[in-house]
Amino acid sequence: MKRVLSILFGLTILAIAGLAVTLFREVDGSAIAAVDATKIAAAAEQIERGEYLARIGNCAGCHTARGGEPYAGGGAVDTPFGAVYASNLTPDASVGIGRWSSEAFYRAMHEGRSQDGHLLYPAFPYPHFSLTTREDTDAIFSFLVHRVKPVNRRNVEHALAFPYNNIYALAAWRFLYFKPSQFQPDTARSAQWNRGSYLVQGLAHCGACHSTRNLLGAPIAGHTYDGAMMPLNDWYAPSLTDQREASVADWPIEQIARWLKDGTSPSGAALGPMAEIVFQSTQHARDADLTAMSDYLKSLTVTAKNPSSVTSASVAINEAGKRVYKDRCASCHGDEGKGKSEDFPALAGNRTVTMANPTNLISLILKGGFAPATTGNPRPHGMPPFYHLLTDADIANVASYIRSSWGNAAPALTELDMVKYRNAVRTTR
Amino acid sequence: MTRFADFLRFISSAIFLAITSTHAQAQTPLSHEAMTERLQACISCHGKEGRTINQEYLPRIAGKPAGYLFNQLMSFRDGRRNNAVMTHLLQPLSDAYLREIATYFSELEIPYPSPDVAKATTEALKLGETLVLRGDPSRKLPACAACHGSPLTGVAPAIPGLLGLPTAYLSAQLGAWRAGQRHAQSPDCMGEMAKALSPQDVSAVTAWLSSQPVPSNSKPTASIAALGAPLPLRCGGVPQ
Repeated sequence: MKRVLSILFGLTILAIAGLAVTLFREVDGSAIAAVDATKIAAAAEQIERGEYLARIGNCAGCHTARGGEPYAGGGAVDTPFGAVYASNLTPDASVGIGRWSSEAFYRAMHEGRSQDGHLLYPAFPYPHFSLTTREDTDAIFSFLVHRVKPVNRRNVEHALAFPYNNIYALAAWRFLYFKPSQFQPDTARSAQWNRGSYLVQGLAHCGACHSTRNLLGAPIAGHTYDGAMMPLNDWYAPSLTDQREASVADWPIEQIARWLKDGTSPSGAALGPMAEIVFQSTQHARDADLTAMSDYLKSLTVTAKNPSSVTSASVAINEAGKRVYKDRCASCHGDEGKGKSEDFPALAGNRTVTMANPTNLISLILKGGFAPATTGNPRPHGMPPFYHLLTDADIANVASYIRSSWGNAAPALTELDMVKYRNAVRTTR
Repeated sequence: MTRFADFLRFISSAIFLAITSTHAQAQTPLSHEAMTERLQACISCHGKEGRTINQEYLPRIAGKPAGYLFNQLMSFRDGRRNNAVMTHLLQPLSDAYLREIATYFSELEIPYPSPDVAKATTEALKLGETLVLRGDPSRKLPACAACHGSPLTGVAPAIPGLLGLPTAYLSAQLGAWRAGQRHAQSPDCMGEMAKALSPQDVSAVTAWLSSQPVPSNSKPTASIAALGAPLPLRCGGVPQ
C-alpha cells in the first residue's frame, strides 16, 4: 500500500515537473532574427492582395485606434479579464513591425508568438488566424510594411486583472486550449465552399464573437457559432446555427452576400457591432468571396429550427406597451408591425425582436443605431435612441408588446431586466 | 453689399467643399424629405428641424455652419468629443454621408426661442459682456467676437454661433475643453482659449451669452475675410 502511494506521489511530482517544463518552454520562445522589413522585395500585386486580406481580417478594427493613425495600435479590445491593447503594426523600426520578417509575422498569426518570442494574448484572434496560409500572411505583411506609414507610437500596456496578467497563466491557457493548425479543405465540398470556410473560420474570425466561450474565454467544442454576449454585455452576437436567431440556412445565397456587402436585407439591416464589421470589413470583400462565405454560412448545421407558427392568443396583450408603441414606434414600423420597407423593417417575425436573449432589442431601443454606410446603401436610415424619452417600465412594456404581437410569441420582459441594460449603455465607450 | 456677401459666402463654401471633398464620392443630393426620413435618430434628441427637445442642455443644431457641424460629427465619430450615444450612432457612417447630414441641418431656418433669464450678478454679466465683445488685452485674451463674429452668430463655413444655446450646454463645453474632455482638430484653438479662462470667467461668459437674444438675421457672417481682421488664433478645423 505504502509502495503504491509513493509511486503515485512520484508520478504526481513527475507530472508537475513535466507541466512546469512545458510551460517554461512555452514562455521562453526564441526570437526570430530582426531584419529591415521595408527592404524585403514585394510585388505590387502581392501588396494589393495583402491590403485586401487585411480588410477581410479587419485588422484596422483593433489596430487603428478611434481617430488614430492607421495601424498604429492603441485600440482597446475589451475582454472579461481586462483590456488588451492592440499593438503598432506600422513599419516603424523601434515600436512597430519594421524589424520583423515575413517568417516572424507568420509565426505571430499562426502560433500567437511575437517576433522577440513572447506570447501574445488570444484577444488577438490567432486561434482563428492560425488557419491563414503562409502565402496570405506574407501578402498582409508586405502590405503593412510597404503601404502603411510608419508611426512611432509606443504600445499601450495591457490592463489585465490578476491572475490573467501572469505569463504562465497564458502559457497554461495555450497548453489547454490552443494548437496551431492548418486549414483542412473538405474534399467532398466545392472549391467555393472551401474558400468560404477558409475565410469565415480564419481571417474573418466570425467565431471570435459568435461562439460561446468557457469561463476562461476559450472556445468550447460543439458550441461553434452558437451565439455569445459581447464582452461589455451591451450586445449579443446571435447564433449562426439557430433559426430563431441568425441562422441563414433558409436565406438565398445572394441575400446573405448582399447583407454582408450592403448591410441590408428584407428582414432588416446590420446594426450595432455588426454594422461596424460591414462598414469596416465585409463591404470591401469581392463578390466571389462574399458568395463563398455565404455558401459556407448557409451550410452551417442548424441546431434549432424555426418554431412552427404560434397563436398569439396565448399571450396577454400588454396595454401599456401598446400605448408606447402607438406613440413612438408605429409611425415607422406600422400599426401592425409590418414595417414599410427594408429601411423600416417589419417587427412581426423579426428575429432581433423575438430572440430569447433580448440584449440587442433593448440596446436598440435605448441607443438606436444607423445601418452601415455602404456602396449599396450610402445614406442609411437610423433608428432613434429612446434612452432619454422612455422609462425602464416603458421599455419593458413596449418590448413585451412587440415580442407578443402579430404572431410573435416571445416571453415578456420586466422592469428588473432593464437594470443591467441601462448599465451596459452607460459603460459603452 | 448683399451681393458681395453672397459672393463671399459662395467662395467660402466652394473652398470648404474643395478642402473636404477630396475623397468623397459624388452623390446626387437627396430631397429634404428623404433626408428627414433618414435622420430620425438625430431628430429624436435635437428636435424636429434641429430645434432641440431639451432646452436645458441639448444644443440646437439647426442653422449652424455646415463646416462646423461636419467637424463635430467627425469629432464624435473619431473620439475628439465624448458622448457614448453620439459615437455609437456615427460609428458606421462615411465621411460623405456625415457631410450631407451637416448640410441638411445647416440649411434649416427656424426661429430661436427667447433667451434664458440671466441668473448671474450684474458684475458677472458685465465681466461676461466685456470678455465676449472686447476680450482682456492685459491677459492677452481675444474677444469671443474676434472669431465668432460681432453679431456672435458664427462665421461660415466652420465657426459656430454662440447665441441661442442653453447656459448648461455652454458651460459644460467650456468645462470639457478645460478638462481635456473635448477637443477640436489640432491646433485646438478653443481648447487653448478655454484653458486661459478662470472658472469665474466661464460662468460670466456663459451667463451673459445665454441671456442675449438672437438677432433677427441669425445667419453666420459670410466668411473670415468679412470679419475685417485675421483670426487671433490658428484653428485646425477652420480653413484660414
